[in-house]
Amino acid sequence: MTTYRRAYRPADRRLVGGVATGVADHFGVPVIYVRLAFIVSTWFQGVGVIAYLILWRLLPLQRPEMAPGLESATRRGLRGVQRNRTGPVEVAQTAALGAIGIGVLLLIQSTGRGINDGLFGPLLIGVIGVAVVWRQFDDVTWNRWMRQTRGWAFASRVAAGVGLVAVAAVYLVTKQGGWGAAVNLASAMVIAVLGVGLILGPWIARLTGDLSDERRERVRSQERADVAAHLHDSVLQTLALLQKNAGDSSAVATLARRQERELRAWLYGDDERPGDSLVAALKGSAAEVEDAHRVPVEVIAVGDTPLDPDVTALARAAREAMVNAAKHAGVDRIDVYAEVAGRTAEVFVRDRGVGFDIDVIADDRMGVRGSIVDRVRRHGGTATIRSEPGGGTEVALRMPIRIGDPLSSTSSPSTSVSTEEVSP
Amino acid sequence: MSTLRVVIVDDHAMFRTGVRAEIDGPVDVVGEAEDVDSAVAVIAEAKPDVVLLDVHMPGGGGLEVIRRLHLRHPDTRFLALSVSDAAEDVIGIIRAGARGYVTKNISGPELLDAIGRVAAGDAVFSPRLAGFVLDAFAGTIEIAQVDEDLDRLTEREREVMRLIARGYAYKEVAKELFISIKTVETHVSSVLRKLQLSSRHELTRWANDRRLI
Repeated sequence: MTTYRRAYRPADRRLVGGVATGVADHFGVPVIYVRLAFIVSTWFQGVGVIAYLILWRLLPLQRPEMAPGLESATRRGLRGVQRNRTGPVEVAQTAALGAIGIGVLLLIQSTGRGINDGLFGPLLIGVIGVAVVWRQFDDVTWNRWMRQTRGWAFASRVAAGVGLVAVAAVYLVTKQGGWGAAVNLASAMVIAVLGVGLILGPWIARLTGDLSDERRERVRSQERADVAAHLHDSVLQTLALLQKNAGDSSAVATLARRQERELRAWLYGDDERPGDSLVAALKGSAAEVEDAHRVPVEVIAVGDTPLDPDVTALARAAREAMVNAAKHAGVDRIDVYAEVAGRTAEVFVRDRGVGFDIDVIADDRMGVRGSIVDRVRRHGGTATIRSEPGGGTEVALRMPIRIGDPLSSTSSPSTSVSTEEVSP
Repeated sequence: MSTLRVVIVDDHAMFRTGVRAEIDGPVDVVGEAEDVDSAVAVIAEAKPDVVLLDVHMPGGGGLEVIRRLHLRHPDTRFLALSVSDAAEDVIGIIRAGARGYVTKNISGPELLDAIGRVAAGDAVFSPRLAGFVLDAFAGTIEIAQVDEDLDRLTEREREVMRLIARGYAYKEVAKELFISIKTVETHVSSVLRKLQLSSRHELTRWANDRRLI
């Protein structure tokens, strides 16, 4: 089954309408080429501008997806100003491109081969007006989720945009009639708008006010319901368990830690299922080991990759290493570090515990040989175990990635730390 | 060495009390603040050596505090202290000028050690922060405005970051790479500097200020 990949206009990375950025994202080309294409095609009867406006209407605006905790922190202003992601270089570049584009357009105009002279002026003004109004409405759609729309700066900009469009219309209609007709038509329009405004204005204002109040209230109550449900499900349960286990300090610590992990995942995103990716699988295993053995397992990850049979074997071996460390090392903390760089996935499981003599394990510790070293080797990877009595243990697992693309590949090659291989 | 003077900035009173109880004595807690404005006022007045700074706070977050104070009080060092796990916020506050990041479940002695390090001008990198930093330099985390300007880490710096992310303490990193602890600290500080100087322009200014050019 194929799902269609949709193109969006990213709300947080746009200069005008976000069309060029959206198209560039969709086709995976640098945005500058897309802008260039729009500008060059505008030289031919304004095709570029028309295409831009059509795409602006058709492509939906995409809001940045944020975890509830971050969204709330942003809304309450706890995170600092969210700057636009478009840098000054990009703005300058686009402005320069635009200036060249307009220059060439005017040149074509002056040779008489361009758009009909009578249409050119009004069209230009009209397009700018439409862009101003649409941009404002985009902001409303976006901001509804972030903060309330600013009142009258917004209104005046919409008015300015509508004004521009009206001027263009008047100019176009009265092209033949000269200035007298233009003034007549303009005053007729102004009077009509004023009249309609007087009659309908208060009613429209109240209606929109009611609507936005109601919308705000609905959003708020949905949020409250979400939070309440979540708190009931997890936090209350944990609190009850904490009261029951108040005497057992390690149980209390484990419960608190599990609750912290859950809340954190809920508030700050990454609520992936363990079946999704290597990092999700590792985090799932870490949570299970924590619960079963009451040892905190800290998972740090750089990059990620989807699970295939090889990566699954890697995750299982890593889990086994965590279990071993939790069972035998006698530590109060296990560090797990996963890195996906290029086409290699690496996982390190480290403890500062009692350690063991690696020559001995070859015979009597089937767990290490069978479920860690051999399992990784069967899938084409390597497993390196370093340990010395009293000096802690580190299990280093490496696995080449064969199928698919890593979710996010790091650009520089991974450095390898010299380790001696254990021959089981 | 005289006792270090510390200001605690956090919007949760319970947490401020807890931290104060844990560290007051070995260090001197000279002030507390609960939002950006009061933090700026308290820090400007108390002139502490180290500020323990929450990442998320009313009035624009810890970022805003650093932004307002960094030029006027360049000697004040900031240590970010947070429960927030949002990588871009953590990297953001480091880029603004904080010299380290620790999570709120850190133990008292560890926190004191971190405060000492930051006061001495070193950087405090927890495994989590090292992971975020590697991510940032790999371009996985989007950082506002800078992405392509970020200087590459040297191979050695990457090795140090990876070992810290793997849970190695500075001492263990030094042993692993056969270098001195001082050298590890130098590498970590240089990673911090690369993060904080985003563009060529800033780098030039930085070098100019120190008469390196």
